Amino acid sequence: MGREGEAIRAILPEFGRLHPDIAVRVQTLPWSGAREKLLTAFVGDATPDLCQLGSSWVPEFVALNALERLDDRLLRSASVRAEDYFPGIWDTNIVAGKLYGVPWYGDTRLLFYRTDLLLQAGFRTPPESWEQWSTMLAALKAVVGPERYGVLLPLNEFDPLLVLALQQRDPLLRDEGRFGNFRGRGFRLALQFYRDMFSKGWAPTIADTQISNVWDEFSRGYFTFFVSGPWNIGELKRRFTDERKGKWMTAVMPGPDGPGFSLAGGSNLVIFRHSQHKDEAWKLIEFLSLPATQERIYELTGNLPTRRSAWLMPALAGDPYAEAFRRQLERVKPPPKVPEFERIVTEMRLVAERVVHGDLSIDEAVNALDHTVDGILAKRRSMMAPQDTQ
Amino acid sequence: MKRGALAWAFAAPAVLVIGGFFLLPVLMAAGVSLTDFDLYAFADIQNVRFVGLGNYAHLLQSSEFWRALANSLLFVGMGTPLTLGAGLIAALLISSRLTIWPSFFRTVLFAPVVTTLVAVALVWRYLLHTRYGLFNWLLISMGLHPIDWLGDARWAIPAIALFAAWKNFGFSMLIFIAARQNIPGHLYEAAWLDGASPLQQFRSITLPALRPAVLLTGVVTVAGYFQMFAEPYVITQGGPLQSTVSVVYLMYEQGFRWWNFGSASAVAFVLFWMVLAIVTLRRRFGNYFRWTI
Repeated sequence: MGREGEAIRAILPEFGRLHPDIAVRVQTLPWSGAREKLLTAFVGDATPDLCQLGSSWVPEFVALNALERLDDRLLRSASVRAEDYFPGIWDTNIVAGKLYGVPWYGDTRLLFYRTDLLLQAGFRTPPESWEQWSTMLAALKAVVGPERYGVLLPLNEFDPLLVLALQQRDPLLRDEGRFGNFRGRGFRLALQFYRDMFSKGWAPTIADTQISNVWDEFSRGYFTFFVSGPWNIGELKRRFTDERKGKWMTAVMPGPDGPGFSLAGGSNLVIFRHSQHKDEAWKLIEFLSLPATQERIYELTGNLPTRRSAWLMPALAGDPYAEAFRRQLERVKPPPKVPEFERIVTEMRLVAERVVHGDLSIDEAVNALDHTVDGILAKRRSMMAPQDTQ
Repeated sequence: MKRGALAWAFAAPAVLVIGGFFLLPVLMAAGVSLTDFDLYAFADIQNVRFVGLGNYAHLLQSSEFWRALANSLLFVGMGTPLTLGAGLIAALLISSRLTIWPSFFRTVLFAPVVTTLVAVALVWRYLLHTRYGLFNWLLISMGLHPIDWLGDARWAIPAIALFAAWKNFGFSMLIFIAARQNIPGHLYEAAWLDGASPLQQFRSITLPALRPAVLLTGVVTVAGYFQMFAEPYVITQGGPLQSTVSVVYLMYEQGFRWWNFGSASAVAFVLFWMVLAIVTLRRRFGNYFRWTI
């Protein structure tokens, strides 16, 4: 999918040399249509042997009973070792205690910020806690004036709020994903902090469809912080040249009290249950999971390795922008592992948007959200009930 | 062979294709709309439960659906007069004897209809941009306040309706031009001899003569705006505050994002009945739109 689809063609000849008896056919899909395509393939019984799967889709495909369990193969494997992986990223492959995939590359969200603007506001280092972040945002607002902002939190993206919510101890869903837990203290705190960033004028109330070019705006100083993923390292390196070089940096997400957690994302490698070539597919997974292959993928695509040993390579170890990602990947949590997850976070985003616009109070918002989410999970509950009686 | 059987034999290929690829899926969708067919049903067909009219009942009780319906009606209410009005004016201007290069302008004004929607939608997103857009630049240079076109829930539908009207009016323009050309010139000559003013000529000859064309384009346009999907999908993704979620957008989300094919099919059928009702209304008022010399 995406650039990986092209990069893998450069890597596969090496696999062919090691395993001349295995022929691999690659089919690339655009990210935008991949989930639909795979689901259609499942319905039509035309699933591939092995596939790259967005880590948040794993619960969905497990619910379909489409994926092969990999626990036994992992035990017997010499090269894939769970303890070498970032634990939060590894965890995205586990549903109800069973393993369904191996992390291929990692993704998460953290802060990108303008060092020069932050310095103007009087700070040399990025924030580590919400409190420090608030102080900086308030100071920035005083410096940049009413037309510019401290942080960009696009209202049509759920990631920033989801990250703030995952940093809390309270889970987003309770009773093994039977009910919403948005009324819990943790989510209230996250939503309050999120709303305050808008109501205090630190973040503009806009969607990213209203930003014509996020890098231009970042470069103009329309905002100092934004929350984004690893692909922006490459983009910003390319765009911030000459006198603007070195005027930006990455930082670990600030948490409620000290460095915070972020979202565990990225892509996993999975084997479909209907595959006729599971052993061969596993060999390919082992090959793609080698630290050396992960290094190569990083060089070709900029996708971050999921194994700690791959991060020792010079290209990554010496990159100051990637360093924050390495530290953040040690502190990531997967979102709730229910197939309805995407719909739930979309509802969360919609409610948060109404809170930001002042249409709902925090109390009204969390109650409405729990009500909606309980409705979305109704079918899941009805299907889970028999298990309880066993 | 009897005539009837022979006729069926000739029609059979078409009937089979339409039946297999159109009628059958529609009937299946009608069946699915009575179940809670969803993601779990793909895993195991046993997970499908028959819910009767439950999906419909739930739909009619959900504020989401009524908002989407209200949004769709707003699209229809704003887009139809804009499209037909602009089409009529453009057609009359092009049909006028005073206009130079009529075929050039006809081509230019028709061009938006055949351009790729996604591409022009992206261009319009720039035109409507709050800080750098052409529209707000014009407003400001006229001394007016800029409008947050796509960020303000009150303005997003008018902005998209304006875009859709710009994109679509060429079609009605073309129909109107054709209809205008069918009006015999001697009617105007007679009116002129009787001393009728241009306005009187327009009201007594042109407008009644164009009624059948208005009916045709009206029905097509209304049905088109009821099915509004790609425009909000590309420009606002349903936002801000769900203000541009149309009925079809809701159906897409239910079906292809959340895999709730049961409720998505129910939405589709509600939409179907509504469009059918409009077409029926057309037949009711069909006489008004008839025009004979």
